Amino acid sequence: MSEPAAQLAAERLQAFLEGVPYVRFLGLRAEMAGDEMTAILPFAPHLIGNMMIPALHGGVIGAMLELTALAQLAVIEESARAAKTIDVTIDYLRPGLALTSYARAEVRKIGRQIASVHVEAWQETPARPFAALRGHFLLSDKG
Amino acid sequence: MTPDEMQAMAAHMVASVPQAHALGLTLVSVGPSRGAMKVPWREDLVGDPATDVIAGGVVTALIDHCCGLAAVSAFDRSVDPTVSTATLDLRIDYMRPAAPRADVTCEAHCYKLTRTIAFVRATAFDATSDDPVATAQAAFIVKRP
Repeated sequence: MSEPAAQLAAERLQAFLEGVPYVRFLGLRAEMAGDEMTAILPFAPHLIGNMMIPALHGGVIGAMLELTALAQLAVIEESARAAKTIDVTIDYLRPGLALTSYARAEVRKIGRQIASVHVEAWQETPARPFAALRGHFLLSDKG
Repeated sequence: MTPDEMQAMAAHMVASVPQAHALGLTLVSVGPSRGAMKVPWREDLVGDPATDVIAGGVVTALIDHCCGLAAVSAFDRSVDPTVSTATLDLRIDYMRPAAPRADVTCEAHCYKLTRTIAFVRATAFDATSDDPVATAQAAFIVKRP
């Protein structure tokens, strides 16, 4: 990605993250390194679903994965199309511990109307993901 | 479990789990293998400020939590007092956005419980369950100490 293109992608990402109140509720942020986006969810007590472990709520993990897919689509979509979730399948591989979580999305197919996206989330190393998502997203014209 | 014990367990699940409390989840009903919960609309839970519709992630968390309630209410806790569950797999189909500024309710049913897995279906809606916002299918691991 050229410098101006990377700058525009970073701006689209920030616009997406800042435009969603629920992103602030979670405390989700994201960083760009070249054309690669990483979503970052710092641990916070209100995200806990299991107090015994303690572990992140399954819904928080699902939401993080889905938002990572939507943010990735916002980054790569240069036209003003907003993606809407059609379906998601979330695999819970191990507990999400009281640590910072990271996620990266891979857009497997982007068509005229539909995008197919895979997302994996990890805490200590990407080699040990704790959750994964496969989802389909509808790309429609905003206006 | 007696109806009172089940009610107390469900009330604990919405009030004491930090994420459920943060979302403001409320208990609608609980019964054997069934649970229903609601997430009241709130400005900080909006997913699209242009429409004021609640975020998909909030619906995901509501569905996960409500499916968990249906799964645990399927156990006979007088036999298995320490059994717990963890989400293994959750599939959600989003039929349509919720109405602007609408609360979302979820109804979940654990339709099969084996020694190791609880299978649960759920519907989330803003007005009536025959016009769903989302439907879901989940599998929970049953943890016995």
